[in-house]
Amino acid sequence: MRKELMIILGAALIAGCGTTGEPEQTGAPVEDRGARKIDSTEVKPVTTADPMGAALAAVKQGVLANRSVFFDYDSYVIKDEFKSLVEAHARFLAANPKVKMLIQGNADERGSREYNLALGQKRAEALRKMLTLLGARDDQIEAVSLGEEKPRCSEANEGCWSQNRRGDMLYTGEF
Amino acid sequence: MMTALKRAVFALLLLALSFAARAQLTIEITGAGANRIPIVIADFVGEPGVSRAVALVVRADLERSGLFKLLDAGVPLAENAAVNFADMKARGADALVVGSVAPTSNGRFEVRFRLHDVQKQASLGGLAYVMTAQQARATGHRIADYVYEKLLGEPGIFSTRIAYVVKSPGRFELQIADADGMNAQTALASREPIISPAWSPDGSRLAYVSFESKKPVVYVHSLATGSRHVAANFKGSNSAPAWSPDGSKLAVVLTKDGASQLYSLNADGSGVVRLASSAGIDTEPYFSPDGQFIYFTSDRGGSPQAYRIAASGGTAQRITFDGSYNVTPRLSPDGKSMAYISRNNGRFQLTLMDLATRQTQVLTDSDKDESPSFAPNGRMILYASEIGGRGVLAAVSSDGRVKQKLSVQAGDVREPAWGPFPKH
Repeated sequence: MRKELMIILGAALIAGCGTTGEPEQTGAPVEDRGARKIDSTEVKPVTTADPMGAALAAVKQGVLANRSVFFDYDSYVIKDEFKSLVEAHARFLAANPKVKMLIQGNADERGSREYNLALGQKRAEALRKMLTLLGARDDQIEAVSLGEEKPRCSEANEGCWSQNRRGDMLYTGEF
Repeated sequence: MMTALKRAVFALLLLALSFAARAQLTIEITGAGANRIPIVIADFVGEPGVSRAVALVVRADLERSGLFKLLDAGVPLAENAAVNFADMKARGADALVVGSVAPTSNGRFEVRFRLHDVQKQASLGGLAYVMTAQQARATGHRIADYVYEKLLGEPGIFSTRIAYVVKSPGRFELQIADADGMNAQTALASREPIISPAWSPDGSRLAYVSFESKKPVVYVHSLATGSRHVAANFKGSNSAPAWSPDGSKLAVVLTKDGASQLYSLNADGSGVVRLASSAGIDTEPYFSPDGQFIYFTSDRGGSPQAYRIAASGGTAQRITFDGSYNVTPRLSPDGKSMAYISRNNGRFQLTLMDLATRQTQVLTDSDKDESPSFAPNGRMILYASEIGGRGVLAAVSSDGRVKQKLSVQAGDVREPAWGPFPKH
């Protein structure tokens, strides 16, 4: 983006140089008003504003880098311990209305795949609801489910199952 | 003595075979029927290579059904040979198949076979097929279907196909194989999961759910051409496609209005209509074979149970009442039974309910059963299970006696769907 900007500015400067002044009428030599070689120090780079870039860098640091909310068995209730995390993401979304989020809900592997897909959806939807209640706009967030299909671990025990009962928040550029 | 070139070709052939072997679905029978019909499938007379190929398929099909006990004939017997019934009786056979293969003028083969009732000492009938050498397996399947139907009074499934998903590290493949596991072909290969394949009633298309767009989307895929279109990609999740018996519509689960609910749409994705409403999760729709009802899973009553609703809409009726987890209802082709998964003491098990009496029977002794799918003759139920931590498929007869295990060498198999009878 920046490179194209510089070339355009350079061309504009060149165009500007060739058209000023009146041709001499008598005797005087015609100056060569052709293109001058552009010295890179003469062109001041202009940075256009890039709020999305700055915002999306912010979500990779601090509390916003935490993207996962974990759930109890057969539950889609957002536990108290995650409320401040959800608030932080809601505030960020409210402050950056052009940023979009995809929430992917997950379930542990016990039981039917399609029922688990629906359970994962309930978790994603609960997160989405809380985020919009706390300031995010409806059209900023899509809630989807991965069910039991993309687990973080595969052991058949509660240690693993609890890791997979989860909602993940993804920002623009990550999906 | 092999030249270097011949050695190279041979090595390549072995390599190709080993890839094929890894991908092949192997089926073992692990339980047989109560009264197996003792039968002799004699070696066919003429054209030894082709004869053998056909007879082997007939024997393997009948053996694998768990309903036949294969006995030895001793010698090849021609289709029109006079039968020594006393000898067959002495061998313990109730039925006998004999056959002949002869070349035709244009490089094909004519296969003639006859089925005899040994007790009655009479022919039950026979057929002739003209085939290419490549069609030997298909012909064997047709003969097995004929024998099965004559002796058991229901159509055979040996010429049908099954679809399933194979998962290997970083890769998911939706595959279709013959009912005996041979000739597996990949309809879709993806880095992301594929679930819920569903055959259109005429066997020409598969609907399925793919996660390739990082969310579940329903596709309809034409098998002959490999072309596919998105049937449902609304906001949120799109899943659980089920074909109406006339093949014109799909029931699906959409979350576009908030929760997972049932909708119907045309196979091309147009005409979305809400089918039912509940405050909970409605999922896993399945049309009854007469198209009158849609059976589905719902937790509207507090726990996931099987329900049904008229396909034209209305009030849902609850079908399962025992236990706190009864999901994935699938009707038998005659509409009289319902297979589903019940959770018993933490074990997820394939269960069958007689819809008239509401009697239920748990058909397996495993604990991670999923995704039941009836064979089109209603005799066997294919489902997904786990053995030693690996995903396998299994099949069990509706009376629980005949058991089969289906596995691939490299990978987990899951999400089976038994295809319809082929249109002849």
